[in-house]
Amino acid sequence: MAKVLLKGNEALAEAALAAGCRFYSGYPITPQTEILEYLSWRMEDVGGEFIQAESELAGINMVLGAAAAGARALTTSSGPGFSLKQEGISYLVAADLPAVIVDVMRIGTGLGDISQGQGDYWQLTRGGGHGDYRTLVLAPDSVQENADMMAEAFDLAEKYRHPVLIASDAAIGQMIEAVEIPEFIEHDIDKFDWTIKGCKKGTEQRKIQNIYYTHPDYETYLADKYAEMEEQEQRYENIQVEDAELVLVAYGISSRVCREAVEAARAEGLKLGLIRPVTLWPFPVKAFEEAKAAKAFLTVEMNILGQMVDDVKLATCGKYPVDHYGSIFEIPEYDGIIEKAKEMLKKGEV
Amino acid sequence: MRLVAPETVTFTESGFCPGCGHGLAVRLIAEVMEEMGLSEKLLTIVDVACGSLNIDSWRFDTIMAAHGRPIATAVGVKKVRPENPVMAYIGDGAAYSIGLAETMHTALRNDNVVTVVINNSLYGMTGGQCAPTSLPGQITTSTPRGKDTKKAGMPFRVEEAFTGFDIAYLARGSMADARGMIQSKKYLQKAFEKHMNGEGFCLVELLSACPTNLNITPVKSVERIKNDMIPYFPLGEFKDKKEEE
Repeated sequence: MAKVLLKGNEALAEAALAAGCRFYSGYPITPQTEILEYLSWRMEDVGGEFIQAESELAGINMVLGAAAAGARALTTSSGPGFSLKQEGISYLVAADLPAVIVDVMRIGTGLGDISQGQGDYWQLTRGGGHGDYRTLVLAPDSVQENADMMAEAFDLAEKYRHPVLIASDAAIGQMIEAVEIPEFIEHDIDKFDWTIKGCKKGTEQRKIQNIYYTHPDYETYLADKYAEMEEQEQRYENIQVEDAELVLVAYGISSRVCREAVEAARAEGLKLGLIRPVTLWPFPVKAFEEAKAAKAFLTVEMNILGQMVDDVKLATCGKYPVDHYGSIFEIPEYDGIIEKAKEMLKKGEV
Repeated sequence: MRLVAPETVTFTESGFCPGCGHGLAVRLIAEVMEEMGLSEKLLTIVDVACGSLNIDSWRFDTIMAAHGRPIATAVGVKKVRPENPVMAYIGDGAAYSIGLAETMHTALRNDNVVTVVINNSLYGMTGGQCAPTSLPGQITTSTPRGKDTKKAGMPFRVEEAFTGFDIAYLARGSMADARGMIQSKKYLQKAFEKHMNGEGFCLVELLSACPTNLNITPVKSVERIKNDMIPYFPLGEFKDKKEEE
């Protein structure tokens, strides 16, 4: 398929259809609304079902029903709306149901504002709802990745029978770039035996409920499931990490600025590198093995509290200084990042 | 009335209290499904409250959905499997309190799902708190001095709220005696017929006994339906789209 110019949100929506998604229900909220608007007409074109739900609560619970019935089901939101979906995500996890939920992150707590942000990291990676769970989280850094990650997200969701989150942001969602939409694939709603379809006489009834009630070895099953995800699904991109004295750690829109920072710093002799987590959970601990020359790590995130710092400290076993370069009102500038890196190296912090 | 329950009624692990109405509703639904030849096709969505026990009471493919959300979940199921009959089975708390928005917007869209609401005038699973359907003066664990309608309002009457919507069917039956059961079964049958014809949203409310939480005997509990509940919750069909047309 040839490249086309699309907004990140639209590319994500079209790629969901390409991945065989035929059910969407969501609620408008900036900056993800283009996904809903695009699918409001495009879903019909491909013979799928689109519902503008009365709330995020209804939206996520419609997705739960569609997933239980065998569809590749999607819902999308941002910040406040994503919070409302957390109960439903917890129920999806509890019942071993695959689905894809996108958070096009916006800035701030409470209502916040509609511009880009990366303040939902904790909510995305710690299990934002009640209970004892985590979900796989993919973090695209471009319109192309918005498109490429949809099929991967649905595949992973089905592989583990577990919801998969996509951590996009307002910048990635709103920017227009050239993108190649992946080939369309067919999804068969009868692909799995466990989906509800009607119980024939003499056959076993299908029950979609918290597997806590029914699984004969619940604790081991869950421990193994999460361990396998942590071992098998770490994804990352390392950029000039091997000889870097200071390694930046950033995902999504911030990682794009960090690429520039690495290049500019190296032009003036400062050895910066970049670890870009592509999965936020599992956190790509393996990426840090390559950082053999590192003296310190600096996360670059669009939040105030440095939400990823703890994960970097854990990944490096607390052996190195880890600091945070935060910017919430604007996307961080690369020269500010370089300055902060120089300060860290000069201070003798390292 | 039949003496032998349909084979889809399993009650393998039913935890219903003696005198509870849920078992009667299970049986009515199972009979209607068998008689309509839909037993192998029905997909059900139950709420997390007492009705959730039905996942082990009947042999239909079933989802146990979040509290108040079974109708939304049912809509998702029906869109994916339009050939199957799809039923949400919920209590009055789910339908008229926490899930009222879902009930109302499913009615507004006239989505083609059947909703069975078991109205026992209280929250059963959590131990008998005040519900939107609790009667004036009703003693509950959250209205120990009696429900004060000045604070909590009058009992929620689904027919007053929903007949203005362009829905396929709305009826209320009683499970207090044989006559009520026969009538209720007819309502359920009609709802499923309309559902299979693709006519849209069908809601059947069934007045049900809850002796445990009312702290009265099963016999008194069904008498209460007739003497105290029906005056507030009249029986009958309130919306029947095809007949109206």
